Amino acid sequence: MILSKGARRAFAAITGVILLLMYIPLMLVVVNSFNTSQAFEWPPPGFTGEWWSRAIHNDGAREALWTSVQVGIVATVVAALLGTLLALALSRYQFFGRTGVNLLVVLPIALPGIITGIALNNAFRGILDLRLSILTVTIAHSTFCIVTVFNNVAARLRQVGGNLEEASADLGAGVWTTFRLVTFPQLRTALVAGMLLSFALSFDEIVVTTFTAGAGQDTLPLWIFNNMFRPNQAPIVNVVAVVMILISIIPIWLAQRLSDDVTAAAP
Amino acid sequence: MMSIVNETREAPTAPSAPSPSPARRLSSVLDRKPKLRLGMLLSLPLLWLGLVYVVAILAVLLTAFWSVDNMTGELHRSFTFDNVHAVLTEQLYRSVTLRTLGIAIAVTAIDVVIALPIAFYMGKIAAPRTRRWLVIAVLTPLWASYLVKAFAWLSLLSGKGLLSQVLGWTPGYGVTAVILTQAYIWLPFVILPIYTGFERVPNSLLEASADLGGKTGRTLRSVVLPMMVPAIVAGSLFSFSLTLGDYITVRLVGGTKQMLGTLIYTDVGAANNLPLAAAVAIIPIVIMGIYLVVAKRTGALDRL
Repeated sequence: MILSKGARRAFAAITGVILLLMYIPLMLVVVNSFNTSQAFEWPPPGFTGEWWSRAIHNDGAREALWTSVQVGIVATVVAALLGTLLALALSRYQFFGRTGVNLLVVLPIALPGIITGIALNNAFRGILDLRLSILTVTIAHSTFCIVTVFNNVAARLRQVGGNLEEASADLGAGVWTTFRLVTFPQLRTALVAGMLLSFALSFDEIVVTTFTAGAGQDTLPLWIFNNMFRPNQAPIVNVVAVVMILISIIPIWLAQRLSDDVTAAAP
Repeated sequence: MMSIVNETREAPTAPSAPSPSPARRLSSVLDRKPKLRLGMLLSLPLLWLGLVYVVAILAVLLTAFWSVDNMTGELHRSFTFDNVHAVLTEQLYRSVTLRTLGIAIAVTAIDVVIALPIAFYMGKIAAPRTRRWLVIAVLTPLWASYLVKAFAWLSLLSGKGLLSQVLGWTPGYGVTAVILTQAYIWLPFVILPIYTGFERVPNSLLEASADLGGKTGRTLRSVVLPMMVPAIVAGSLFSFSLTLGDYITVRLVGGTKQMLGTLIYTDVGAANNLPLAAAVAIIPIVIMGIYLVVAKRTGALDRL
């Protein structure tokens, strides 16, 4: 198949238009955070930095940001531990039920969030008799974050193979020494990439969070959702939305630089 | 390099220790027993996923067969088919299921149609350096917050928003708005697997087709498309499943329209009827189950 120059240009043009359409809504949120109109009129009647300074001094938004950061960090650490253990088990061993375990890791993110949400809500309140709190959100987030760490670490383990580990064992190193000196250095960057993605995933999540967060302990997405329809809060919500875009995109860009297979970054 | 330096530092301790430390004994036991090693790797994650997740999912599905006392709001743990029966027979559930399915199909169709040309350009035309940049350009909006993207469309579609000012038209809030917003949100999820699919189509096949006289259209239809089916199905899995379970977008831009997600949400929250919510939740699980079985036949699951 030989594409004519015209056809190539046509495909390039279509690609450009699609990318433009993908970015316009995000740009709009950024522009609106400076829009003097509270109803997001277009074109903006004027520009102002007032919403930004109001958002910075908004206690609710600041508390929500702090809650989100705490949940994200703890969930990421738990997911890093569990995801790495699973990746080591599934990439270095053949055993009965391996496919089942693989499915189990993917399930929390493959099933619609609302089902995971009501299931965990019921388990925490009905079975464990726990009050919904920052602890229950963190447990929920850890559960669906495992898969991002797992994907990244497992992809790296597949890529580097097990030869160096076998050589290390042949030379007399014990399992722990081999892990510390051979396996871990090889998977370190993939693990960090997975953790960055896991933090971004936790930071953005709203559906499962709605069902597992305690009253008065909003994460940042929950705060946005609860304040979106309050007319006097709407412009501040827009500023927080821009902050959310930035906080979720920066870890992704960092993760990109650490992981060679860029598409493996997708959940 | 690193390992050599570290090995020499380790070496003196090993032979000189007369009675090995417990840690070292454990290490040597682990060396000889791969099954024990595997067990230790798996026990913690499986305990977590089993206790937190599997138990929770099974419990909520079981709840679908319980009932709630209308007066006290307490759960009755005796077996009943009432909820499932209600979900299967009542008009409300049937029409909401059909609407949700229709939206999911429309979103998937739009996304596949948009994803094919851009993925083709990324995978088969663009130079490797451009390709890397394009992948990042597609991935960035994928990771931008889902809620923020829905929120962007809330203002985009509003009466005085960008769309009505530029095009002079806006669909307003309703089913069309939900389809547009969802198609926007899930588009990057559909582009990536299709792009990977195009990348895997060997150029030699395209050249062979050209050498044998196949025109571009014929080559795309008879050579590329059949090879692309698994990748397209893999991409559609995302948009389809994510739309089926959505309830945020429909609450933001759906006006008064309900989807399965909003029904589940109100059954749990306002109505405090978890059994009914669980029964409704079975619908998307069954639909996705069927979709996955069909997808597995095309080999799409290996492409995720």
